[in-house]
Amino acid sequence: MSATLVLIGIALLMTSGLPALLKSGNQKPETRSAPLHQNVRRSEALLPSAFCLLLLIAGAIIGLAGCAVGLFAATTQITLPWLVPGGAMHLRVDALSAFFAAPVFLLAGVGGLYAEKYWPAARGRAGYVRAFFGLMTGALALVMTAANTLLFLAAWEIVAGASFFLIATKHKDGEARRAGWIYLASSHVATLALFAVVGLLHMLTRTWAFTPLASGTAALPAGHALFWLAIIAFGIKAGLMPLHVWLPGAHAAAPTHVSAVMSGVVIKMGIYGLVRVLSLFDVVPSTFGVTLLLAGIASSILGVAFALAQHDLKRLLAYHSIENIGIIVTGLGIGLIAQAHGQPLIALLGYAGALLHVWNHGLFKALLFLSAGAAIHATHTREIDRMGGLGRLMPWTSAAFLAGAVAITGLPPLNGFVSELLLYIAGFMSTTTPSRGGPILLLILVVPALALTGALALACFVKAFGAVFLGTPRTADAAHASEAPRTMRLAMLPLVAGCAAIGLIPATLAPLLGRVIGIAAPRLVQPRSLVSLLQPIQTTALIIAAVAAIAVLAVMVATRRAATAVTWDCGYAQPTPRMQYTASSTARGLVGFFSWAMPPVVHEPRPFPLFPAAAAFESHVPDTVLDRALLPSLRGIQWFLGFARYFQHGRVQLYLLYLVVTLVVLLAWSAR
Amino acid sequence: MSTILQIALVLLASPLLPGVITRTKARVAGRSGPPILQVYFDIAKLLRKGTVLSSTTTWLFLAGPAIAVIVPLLASLLLPLAGAQAPIAFAGDLIVFVYLFALSRFFTTAAALDTGSAFEGMGAARELTFASLAEPALFFGLLALARISHTLTLSSLLTVGRAQWQHASAALVLIIASWFIVLLAENSRVPFDDPNTHLELTMIHEVMVLDHSGPPLGLILYGSAMKLFVFSVLIVDVMLPRTGTPIVDAAATLAAVLAVGVVIGLIESAMARLRLVRVPQLLITASLVAGFAVVLVLR
Repeated sequence: MSATLVLIGIALLMTSGLPALLKSGNQKPETRSAPLHQNVRRSEALLPSAFCLLLLIAGAIIGLAGCAVGLFAATTQITLPWLVPGGAMHLRVDALSAFFAAPVFLLAGVGGLYAEKYWPAARGRAGYVRAFFGLMTGALALVMTAANTLLFLAAWEIVAGASFFLIATKHKDGEARRAGWIYLASSHVATLALFAVVGLLHMLTRTWAFTPLASGTAALPAGHALFWLAIIAFGIKAGLMPLHVWLPGAHAAAPTHVSAVMSGVVIKMGIYGLVRVLSLFDVVPSTFGVTLLLAGIASSILGVAFALAQHDLKRLLAYHSIENIGIIVTGLGIGLIAQAHGQPLIALLGYAGALLHVWNHGLFKALLFLSAGAAIHATHTREIDRMGGLGRLMPWTSAAFLAGAVAITGLPPLNGFVSELLLYIAGFMSTTTPSRGGPILLLILVVPALALTGALALACFVKAFGAVFLGTPRTADAAHASEAPRTMRLAMLPLVAGCAAIGLIPATLAPLLGRVIGIAAPRLVQPRSLVSLLQPIQTTALIIAAVAAIAVLAVMVATRRAATAVTWDCGYAQPTPRMQYTASSTARGLVGFFSWAMPPVVHEPRPFPLFPAAAAFESHVPDTVLDRALLPSLRGIQWFLGFARYFQHGRVQLYLLYLVVTLVVLLAWSAR
Repeated sequence: MSTILQIALVLLASPLLPGVITRTKARVAGRSGPPILQVYFDIAKLLRKGTVLSSTTTWLFLAGPAIAVIVPLLASLLLPLAGAQAPIAFAGDLIVFVYLFALSRFFTTAAALDTGSAFEGMGAARELTFASLAEPALFFGLLALARISHTLTLSSLLTVGRAQWQHASAALVLIIASWFIVLLAENSRVPFDDPNTHLELTMIHEVMVLDHSGPPLGLILYGSAMKLFVFSVLIVDVMLPRTGTPIVDAAATLAAVLAVGVVIGLIESAMARLRLVRVPQLLITASLVAGFAVVLVLR
C-alpha cells in the first residue's frame, strides 16, 4: 500500500514538469518589454503551467499519504522489472525511508506552489525550471526509498544532474556558472566514492540489495573502507565541513524555491545514506562515532561562524545548512558512541535528536528560504545591507521569516528547540555515567558546542532579520517593496504550521521516532519511550507559548493609542536610513573572534591626498576551504599537469613520431 | 502553596534588589541615596504614563518588553525558591532555563533594531556578542553540577548537600565565581556596563531601550529587576542549604539574594567599567573557570 502510493507520487513528481517543457520550447528568455505581447504569451502558457502544478501537488499529496502509511504500518515493497543487470526497480518503504521521504514530498508541493508566482510561466526558462524541479524531487524520493543499490545509485545521479541544471538556471550569470561547475565537480567526487561504497557492499553481501552485513565486518579493513568512503560520499552531499565547498555557492545561485528544496531535503540524502549504511553494520566501533561527533561539532560551529560573516542573504542561509547538518551528524555520533559503550538511553536521545532535526531543519530552512526569496523578489537584491524596513511593507513574509528564525535558533516554543534539547540532554546525561574516561566523556563536548552554536545562530538571525525586515528601507528598491503574492504566502503556511506543531506537541512524535530508530539502529534496545521525556517539555512549551502570546497582545492593546514620532536617536531630529547599524557591523565583533579560521578580505582605500576623492570600503569573508585551500591547490595541480601540453600540442607528425619511438623501444625491449 | 509564595516573591521582591545595590553604593560613597523602594516608584510612574512609538517600528518593538518581563518570571518557576522543589521540574529543565533567556535576548535585540537607530543597533550588537560568550560559562557550570549531583533537574541539581560540598568544594567555588561573572554580564552591571552612565556610546543594555517610553519602559525596568533576581537566586541556591519549609526557605533565599545585592553594590563602588575590548576576555575567563570546574569533577 505505502510503497504503491509512494511510487505513484514519485512518477507524478518526475513527470510534472514535462507539459511546461513541451509548451515553452520556443520562448524568448527574459521577456520584460511589450506588456500586450506578454499577456498573450501568459495566457498561452497558463494551461500547461497549471497542469504542471496540478501533477506536482497530486504527486506530493499521494506521496505524503504513502509516507504516512509507511511511518505507522508495516514495511511494504514493490518490485518492477528493470533492464539493468543486477538492478531491480525495487522500492521498500520502511519507517526510515518514509521518515526521510515525507519532507521531500512536502517541500516538492510547497516549492511548486511557490514557484507559480516566483518563477511565473511568462518568465524565461520556466519550462526548464519546472521540468528539472519535478525530476529532482521525484528522483530524490526514489533515493530515499530504493531497496536496490543500483537503483539508489541511478536515482542519486538523476538528483545530482537535475540539481546541476537548476543551479545553472541563470546561466548568463558568471557566478551561477561557477557555482554549477563547482557543484558538478564535487558531486562527481561524491558519486565516485558512492560507486565504491556500492561495490564494497556487493562484495561483502553478494547481493545488490541493502542487506545487513555479516557480524564483525566493522573490524575488517573492508568495513573501515566502507565507513570512510561513506563519509566522503555522503559528507560531500550533506555539506559536512570541510567537504561543504559546493554548498554556499549552489544554494545562493539556484532559484529560491530550488534552494529551499536543496537545503531542506537534497542535502538530507547524504544523512539518509549515512544512516542506511550504518544500519547495515551489526556493531559499529566507537571510532566511527567519534569521527562523526568531531566532524559534526566542527561543522556546526564553523558553519554558523561563516554564516555570521555573510552579507548575501542566501549564502547566509546556506552556511546555516552546514551548521544544521553538523548538529544532525553530532547527534548520530552521540548515538554511535553511546551504543558502543552500552548507554542505550543516551544513544536513543542522540538518534532521536538527530532524526527529529532532519525534519525540523527541512521545515524551518525551507520556510526561511521561501520568505527570504519573497524579500529578494521584492527588492531585486540578495545583499542584506540593501534591504531594511520590509516588516512594515511585507508583514506576512516578515512574520514567516521571524518564525523560521526563532525555530532555527532553537528557541522555545518552536521545533528547533525540541531536537536540540534532546541532544543537550544526551550530553548532560553522559556526565552522570560512572565512567572516568574514554569516548563517552567526549559527549560532554556536545553541550558547550551546542551552546556556542546556538548563541551564534541567535546573533546571526537577529542580525539578518533586523537588517532585512526591521528599521527603515536602506535603498529605493527596498522602499518600494510590496507583499508577496498570495500563493507564495500560502506555500509558507504549512511550513510555519509544521514548525509550531513539532514545537508545541513533540510528545506525539515519540512513538514515531521510536519506530524510525528501530530501523536506523536495529541492535539498539530502546530502554524506554521518549514520551515520558517529551511530555513535560510539551507542557512547558505550551505554557511559554500561551504566556508569551498573552503578554505581547496585552502590551499591544495597552499601547494602541500611543502617539507616534520619529526615532529619537539621541537627539538627531532627522535620522537617515544610512545611519542605521548595518548587518556587517552587527556581526563584526563575533566575526573578529573567528578571524583565525576565516580571515576577511578587506578593500580599504586610504584617502591619501589633501582633497581625497570619493572612496568605497568593501570587505567579505571568502570560504576558507574552497578559496584558500582547495582552489589554490587545484591550480597547482593544473600547473603541474600543464607540462603534459608539451607532448600533446596537436601536431600529427610528432604524434606519429611518438608512435614510432614507442614501437622501437618496445621492440628493443622484447628482443632483449 | 509554595508555588504561589514563589511567584509572589519574584513579582513583589525583585525591584528591591536594584534598590539595595543603589543604597549600598550611596552608603559607600557617603551619600544617603534614593529611597530603597525607588524602583517600585519608577515602575508605578511609568505604567501610568502615555507611550510614544517611533514611526519606523512594528509590533516587534512592543514584543521586546513583553517577552523581557515574562521570561524571568517563567524561568523563576524552574528554580527552587520556596521549598525543595520548583513549581516546574523535569529532567532537562536546565536547558529550558537557559533558552528562555535566549528567547528574551532575541526579542529585546530585535526590538532595538526595529527603531532603525544607530545607537540601539550598536547596543544590540554588543548584547549579542557578549551573550554568545557568556552562555558557554553557564552551561559548563551546569555540566559540573550535573556531574556532582547525578541529575538533570534544576531543583535537585541546585540542592547541593553537605557531602557534595566536602567532596567537590573546589569545583563548586569555581562555579559560583564563574556564574557571578555571568550574572554581572547578563544583567549589565559593572564591570561590563555601567547602569548609571547615560553616555550612549559606552552602554549595552540601556542603549537598547532608548526609544521605549511609558508602560513598555516600565516593563523593561521590571523585567531587568526580575532577571537580576532570578540570576541571584540561581547562585544563592547552590550555596544555601534547604530546610523544606516553604516560608523559611523563601525568607532565607530572599535574605541571601539581598546580600548578593550588597556584594554587587560593593563591587560597583570599588571598580570602574572595563574597556569594551576587555569585556570578551573576562567572559572567556568565566567560561574557562567553569570549564576547570568540569575537569575537576570529571577526574
